Amino acid sequence: MKPASFDYIRPGSRAEILAALAAHGDDGKILAGGQSLVAAMNFRLARPEVLIDINGTKDLDYLQPSGDSLAIGALTRHAAFHKPVVDGPLGPLLAKVVRNIAHYPIRQRGTFTGSLAHADPASEWCLVATTLDAEMLIVNAEGERRCRAGDFFKGTFTTAVGAQDLLAEVRLPLLDDGWRSGFYEFSRRAGDFALAMSLAALKLENGRITEARLGVGGVADRAIRLHALENELAGKAPSRELFEDVAASAKAAIKPSEDIHASADYRRDLIRTVVLRALTEAAA
Amino acid sequence: MSWIGRSLPRLEDPSLLMGRGRYVADLARGAASVKFVRSPVAAGRILSIDVPDGELVFTAADLDGVKPICPILHRPDYIAVEQPILAKDRVMFCGQALAVVVAEDQGLAEDLAEEVYADIDAEDAIVDMEAALAEGAVAVHAHAPGNVLVEGVLRSPGLDAAFADAAEIVTLDLRSGRQSAMPLEGRGGVAQYDRISGRVTLYASVQMPHMLRTGLADVLQIPEADLRVVAPDVGGGFGQKMSLFPEYVALVWLARKLERDVAWIEDRRENFLASSHSRDQSFHVRGAFAKDGTLLGIDADLKSNVGAFSCYPVTCGVEPLMALAELPGPYKVPEYGVRSRGVTTNTGMMAPYRGVSRPMLTLTMERMMDVAARRLGIDPIEIRRRNLIDSFPHRSPTGLVYDEGSYKEAMDRAVAAIDLTGFRARQKEARAAGRYLGIGFSVFSERTGYGTPAYAARGMNIVPGYEIVSCAMDPSGFVEARIGSSPHGQGLKTALAQLIADELGVEPGKIKVFSGDTDATPYGWGTFASRSMVIAGGACKLAAGKVATRLRSVAAVMMQASEDHIVLEDGLARVTGTNQSLPIPEVARAAYHQSHRFPQSGPGLIENATYDPGGTFSNACHACIVEVDIETGGVKIERFIVAEDAGLLINPMIVDGQIHGGVAQGIANALFEELIYDETGNLLTVSLADYLPPTMAEVPTIEIEHLETVSDATITKAKGVGEGGAIGAPAAIINAMVDALSPFGIEIVRMPATPQYIRKLIREAERDAHG
Repeated sequence: MKPASFDYIRPGSRAEILAALAAHGDDGKILAGGQSLVAAMNFRLARPEVLIDINGTKDLDYLQPSGDSLAIGALTRHAAFHKPVVDGPLGPLLAKVVRNIAHYPIRQRGTFTGSLAHADPASEWCLVATTLDAEMLIVNAEGERRCRAGDFFKGTFTTAVGAQDLLAEVRLPLLDDGWRSGFYEFSRRAGDFALAMSLAALKLENGRITEARLGVGGVADRAIRLHALENELAGKAPSRELFEDVAASAKAAIKPSEDIHASADYRRDLIRTVVLRALTEAAA
Repeated sequence: MSWIGRSLPRLEDPSLLMGRGRYVADLARGAASVKFVRSPVAAGRILSIDVPDGELVFTAADLDGVKPICPILHRPDYIAVEQPILAKDRVMFCGQALAVVVAEDQGLAEDLAEEVYADIDAEDAIVDMEAALAEGAVAVHAHAPGNVLVEGVLRSPGLDAAFADAAEIVTLDLRSGRQSAMPLEGRGGVAQYDRISGRVTLYASVQMPHMLRTGLADVLQIPEADLRVVAPDVGGGFGQKMSLFPEYVALVWLARKLERDVAWIEDRRENFLASSHSRDQSFHVRGAFAKDGTLLGIDADLKSNVGAFSCYPVTCGVEPLMALAELPGPYKVPEYGVRSRGVTTNTGMMAPYRGVSRPMLTLTMERMMDVAARRLGIDPIEIRRRNLIDSFPHRSPTGLVYDEGSYKEAMDRAVAAIDLTGFRARQKEARAAGRYLGIGFSVFSERTGYGTPAYAARGMNIVPGYEIVSCAMDPSGFVEARIGSSPHGQGLKTALAQLIADELGVEPGKIKVFSGDTDATPYGWGTFASRSMVIAGGACKLAAGKVATRLRSVAAVMMQASEDHIVLEDGLARVTGTNQSLPIPEVARAAYHQSHRFPQSGPGLIENATYDPGGTFSNACHACIVEVDIETGGVKIERFIVAEDAGLLINPMIVDGQIHGGVAQGIANALFEELIYDETGNLLTVSLADYLPPTMAEVPTIEIEHLETVSDATITKAKGVGEGGAIGAPAAIINAMVDALSPFGIEIVRMPATPQYIRKLIREAERDAHG
């Protein structure tokens, strides 16, 4: 349970990080919170030759509302979201979700963007980014590019971030006061990986849903945004019947993954349940 | 003033709580690191093992003169199997050690281990018991065709008549998933070589240091005197640390071979793969009931998957034979038929885990009672009342003798504490609101503190049971007790100090209990099978009583009084009915330094005593309320009540702690933990991300009520209480879940009852309901 030997460098600035990535990116790995990477290294499932520790670059730890989005830096820890970080419905939504991420000590070290770059299918933040259509800022020594969540996640542990890239910032759209959200996760024990989870955000005006965001995580190789069902919700009054229909459609639409804790049949049952409960909470 | 019965804070705790405990890994500094190279396949022939040149790498070929581990049971139905220290010719399970490497630190040892390549001609593995028992199945051990290593059969003459007369026959097919005892600290050892004497001291995280020394000496063919085994602070054992494992043999061999100190500290993955497993059992049981609910007979076919080898010293008979002997539990079973088999497979070795078979036995009898009650239209509490044993001594159909207990009383206490009537009303309301609450009960006996006759009856070649205690008061009036038991987290030293304090009239803080060092303690059997309070406690009481006699004799001479008039209390030797007294330290000093004055008692205050009891039965009733989320299959335990009778409580707080920990492991058994092999014999659950012990969030507050039935079975009046929590909890939880799901008519037949399993049962029930 000791990692294979590696070199360790600790750049002091964003420029130094990018230089280190350019020099070692193919054999290197960024260390942010390390909550997944270090365990994988101890199992020797990950064997980076060079560990590029970005924890010395303090200006990557920020939360900045700007325009119509919230910018999250590459070193912002999960624990930063324990209390609402921004006015409006987004802050409480993130505070609700963060409580489901592992355990308190892990939330003190693990980072928001680190979760996205790691792209575990059961990551709560990947579900949030996918459902709310986050925008990612990817930088390298050559320049920078932006990409939306729908193009960012490529599969289990796979994203648009290349070997020499740094996921420098993630922007989540701010939600205006008409939005309400619901989140439901089922896991074996408190803090375990989700066997299934759903995030629902509904914009309600005069008793009708004018806009909807609906996503499911932990059930496939990446979080899934259910565009078609969002359209089905739009324009209708929230009701148990409507939510039952949408939950049944979600169950039918997704081909779930299987593991020792959840067969495909069981995950299908859970998809219905988590979607129904997230929608119900959002409309409550 | 008596120290017995007080919740004295544990004398062990200050150092442990301040991080000053000394565990094996704390003793590894300066030693070379050892890493075992383990088989990636479950079955196959070893064609070759390539090792890097010039490094310290050893395989079976290097272990000249080292014998395999081969425990013996003297039963005609037992087939002994040999476990080599490093795999030789064949591999038998995934994780078996193929080679051992030594390097300067742990990381380098792991690097070196990666350079060892074993060419194994993999064969199909036998993983589950059905495959092992199938007609024409490949023999896991060539000399054991049929794959049964031990088989016990009993059949009382009236069994067929009982079933012929039955008004109702209940048939149950129950399954328990494989579990790990999962001590917080894994296995580990530091073997130190002494260049002057040639002796090796092995510090090891074990429950049975003396037995380990005997086993090591036998296998290595060296005198026991050349070995010292020390169990330092041990972070839990639960049965997993009472066997002789090949790793310890290799460590001592390496220290002698290399003439240097070597350390092996197991990691969690290795613990799951290569340490022992338990509870992989499958029971087919029929119960015959009369119309009034009287149990007429039990007919049982019990199977335990014992894995690839037989654990030393208790053997692979431990689960199957415990199952055979104790299925009737707390119930009157007039006629009993049983066949119990230990089935060998290409999986990790079975060894004892807290409760040994009894979690499944209790689940069986308690499901039996609930199912029979439902079918016969009798209240589930009432049917238990009609069948529980109530006159003592009670002799079970397998010849076990139960001393006085409180089986019905404990059940009544639990029923009252959980407010059964109030709950039924609440349950009804909740169901109307779409919520599924259930209540479950579990009544059981816990056989504890049994001595040599019980183990001899099992046919064991090595017969454990007695304890020898050496107790001395030193010239300063402090007491040193040296015990062969080997506590590893239980707080035994505190409880023993309370017992000794009452005998000698000194406070527990002046009593030092030494354990776990073969150079410093009498030969003994360690701590397992809920025995230490009863047996080491009994021996302590006897030895301290003999020291007290000496003290009184010396004090009598010093105060010119009769021995019969001397009492020892509050640190004084007093002459009753007078105001004459001497401080005990003054008497103690005189006993050593003025011994010429006491020709009758002779010098010093040193005594040995031995205790070897027949055994005693604790009993309890667990009751719990659960809520099942029928959409997720998840379960929340709302209340958990234990009405426990462990005889006289020496330290009630320590007893409560034993129950708390046991119940947590019972919850694990019922709902969470399972070691899962795939069909090739590859273990899928090798980290705590997949093997799921319950956390603080999943374990509810445990409410405990004590009954204290005193019997003559033990001289301390205490009964053992180490395993009851783990034994009783699973049945209470499963019964409560079945009760919660009764609108669906679901029968839960396997543990752990995971969310996906519960959802599957509900899905199938709904499908059936809709045709």
